[in-house]
Parts: sequence; C-alpha cells; structure tokens
Amino acid sequence: MPDTPCTANEASANKPPCSPCCEKPAHLWGRRDVLVGLGWFTVLTGLLASGAGFVRFMFPKVLFEPSNTFKAGYPWEYSVGAVDSRWIRDQRCWIIREPTGIYALSATCTHLGCTPVWLSTEDKFKCPCHGSGFHRDGVNYEGPAPRALERFKIYLADDGQIVVDKGKKFIFEKGGWNNPEGFLVV
Amino acid sequence: MTGIKEKPDTEKQDLTDHIAQSQIWKSIFRHGFTDTQRNRVLQMTAGFLLHTRPVRVWTHGIRLRYTWGAGGLTFLMYVVACITGIVLMFYYRPVPEYAYADMKYLKFDIPFGMFLRNMHRWSAHAMVILVLVHMLRVFLTGSYKKPREFNWVIGVCLLTLTLLLSFTGYLLPWDQLAMWAVTVGTNMARATPFVGHEGPFAEFLPFISPSFDARSFLLGGTLVGPGTLLRFYVLHCVVLPVVTTFLVFVHFYRIRKDGGISGPMKALEEES
Repeated sequence: MPDTPCTANEASANKPPCSPCCEKPAHLWGRRDVLVGLGWFTVLTGLLASGAGFVRFMFPKVLFEPSNTFKAGYPWEYSVGAVDSRWIRDQRCWIIREPTGIYALSATCTHLGCTPVWLSTEDKFKCPCHGSGFHRDGVNYEGPAPRALERFKIYLADDGQIVVDKGKKFIFEKGGWNNPEGFLVV
Repeated sequence: MTGIKEKPDTEKQDLTDHIAQSQIWKSIFRHGFTDTQRNRVLQMTAGFLLHTRPVRVWTHGIRLRYTWGAGGLTFLMYVVACITGIVLMFYYRPVPEYAYADMKYLKFDIPFGMFLRNMHRWSAHAMVILVLVHMLRVFLTGSYKKPREFNWVIGVCLLTLTLLLSFTGYLLPWDQLAMWAVTVGTNMARATPFVGHEGPFAEFLPFISPSFDARSFLLGGTLVGPGTLLRFYVLHCVVLPVVTTFLVFVHFYRIRKDGGISGPMKALEEES
C-alpha cells in the first residue's frame, strides 16, 4: 500500500489509494462555511432578540396598582404612646406616636409576608401565620422572622398632614432606622 | 366443544377477519396479527401511537412488588387531572371578578361540578405523592444507574413540573388561602441572586427594582393581583401541561430505549 492515511476497509475494495480526504482546504472559510455561519447567526440572533423581547413583554409599563404614598391625617390625631391600626386594612401600615416623634411601621411580616396583628394587652405584634413576634418598635424577638419589621419614609405635607411613602423602606439591620427620613420629629 | 358453541365463534372470527382485512384497518395499522417476533416489533415501531411502548416487557417488570406500579399510577393521575381540568375550563374564568364565583358555581350549581373539581384536586394531590413514591422505588432499586441516568434527569424535571403545576393551580380558586399561599411563595423570588430585588448581588444590576425582577415577572406587577391570576392560569392550563406531556413521552420512550424496566441482576440473567 502507498503511504495514505486512510485506514478503513479500502484494502479489500478495488479502489485507487485515496488521500483527498486528508488534504487541507484551499481557504479557511469556504463560501459554504460563510453562508452556514450567516444562517446560524441569523437564527440565533433572532431567537435571542425575541427572547429578550418576551422578557420585556412580561413587564407592563403601566400598573393598575394603589399608589405607594398616602396621607395619614394630622399629627395631633395620634395619641402619644399608642400603636395606631387605623391604616392596617387599607395601607398595611401602623403609625406609632412616641413622645419625640412619629414613625410608620410596615405590617408585612419579614418571615414570609403575612400581616401581623397588634396585641395591645401583650404589647407586641404577632404574626398569625407562623407565630413571629415583634416589639412595638418593630424588632423581632420570637418565632421564625429573621429581622425587624421595616419602617417607611414619613414626612409632613404642605398642608400639615403626615405623608407615608411605602416605596421607600428603612431596614433596621442595615442601619436604616438612623435615617431621619424614617422618623418624623414632632 | 359442542357444535352450538362453535358456530358463533366462527361468525365472530369471520367478522374479525373481515375488519382486519379491510383497507381502512390495514391503512391505519399496516401490520397484521401474525405472531412472529418480527411482526411484533413492526406493530410497535411502525406506528406513532405505540412507538413509545416497549415491544416486550420483562417478567419482573410486571411484578407489583418490584415496581409498585407507581410510575404508571402517576401517569394515570396526570391523565385524570388533564381530563377533569379541561372539563372545568368550560366554566372557570381567570379574572378576579369571576374566579371565586365560578369556583362556587361549579361547586354548588353545576351537575357533577363538585365531583369533577374534587377529582381534579385529589388526583393532583395523589400525583405529587406518587411521583415521590416512584422516585423512591427507582432509587431503592438503583434504576437511576447506567444506562438510565438521563431518564432519571428527565424524571427530576417532571417532579419539578408536577410541583409547579400544583403551585400554579393553588391560586386559581382565588380565595384567601390561595392569595396568601402565592404571596408567600412568590416572596421567595425576591431573594433570587441577581434577578430578585432583595437578593444577593442585585445591587450590581441597577435596572432591578421591585417592579422589574423575578417576582414581578411571576406576578405581573408588585402585588398578587389580576395579572398574577391570568399568568398562573396560562401557566397551569397551557405552558406546564404541554412541557410535562412532552417530557412524559420522552420518559416513556427512554424506558424502551434503555432496555425496559430495570430489574434485579439475577432476574435479568435468568430471562435473557
């Protein structure tokens, strides 16, 4: 046999010694390679673009949801030392008046998002879902809740009413409660 | 045998032959009843409907003590849930104004409505349990080993799909239980790395916000609302069943291709 690299059953067949299969192509990118590459590029780009388009499609530009801010009345409507639950049903938020000022506490349990209840006789917030308990300042002390209740941004409007902005949250563990925006000095 | 008994048998045989020899029958089934090895294989492989099924099964494969029949029962539960689910769709509307009322309507005012709803519900519960039982059996018999590794992977995907089907179906009655279960369930998506707005590394992606993250992708907003109900309905009734059905049949086909139901080495040696 001549020194050809072909190894299959050619010896038995009456074929001339073959070698073209091992020759290098004349060009690195033949015409066919370019066209096939372009075809795949088009297909993959199209798929990627429509995938990204689908992701964007799933996020509407307008949401028909309640506003994050609400007016909570005048500061003198809240008595000192009381946890006020009047906004629980509509806004999921407690307004707590202390001698020095007012803060708004989120009524969303930091465990899995249920609404705790204020038990005034026991002076604590208690979550009915898994039993997490919080002190009146929002700090967790029993049950599975991993961190304190969040506080909302609170400020006075021009007409003297309290405004609570639920879009801006202050987290105790991240030092957010030191932020003056989370505590309305009265 | 007496002559009286033979006569109707012959007639029956003639009728069967007549049907089996007709052009309609032959055009559909191609291969006749000839009981040869080759014809048996042809019957299963030449048609679309039977090709996912094995040509022959191992004797140990039909022993209930070995397989527990859990995989087949899981499939039965899936079929029951699919059929009853399609029937329930004739009355249920996935919008907040009607969803709860339609559920009550089905329960109290539609003949067999409560029966069908409960069949759907219990078959779904049973499916989750049976998937786990099936997995336990496959694990205990070592059936996840070569050459069945890939079928185990498909099985794990099917377990996930079963759980997702249960979760998405949970919201549809639109009662307090459903609302809060899904609130709790989707709150976990807040903590997804990178794409959850409260998750790790999300601070490096400035475009991630409460209204643009993994959770709002599921909810269609920042709260469990009308968008959520519709999304979960589409997932529950279209997307997940289509994917599940596809994978179920890949799963069945792979059983055939991987050498049938796995068995104890001793039994395999005796039978082969």
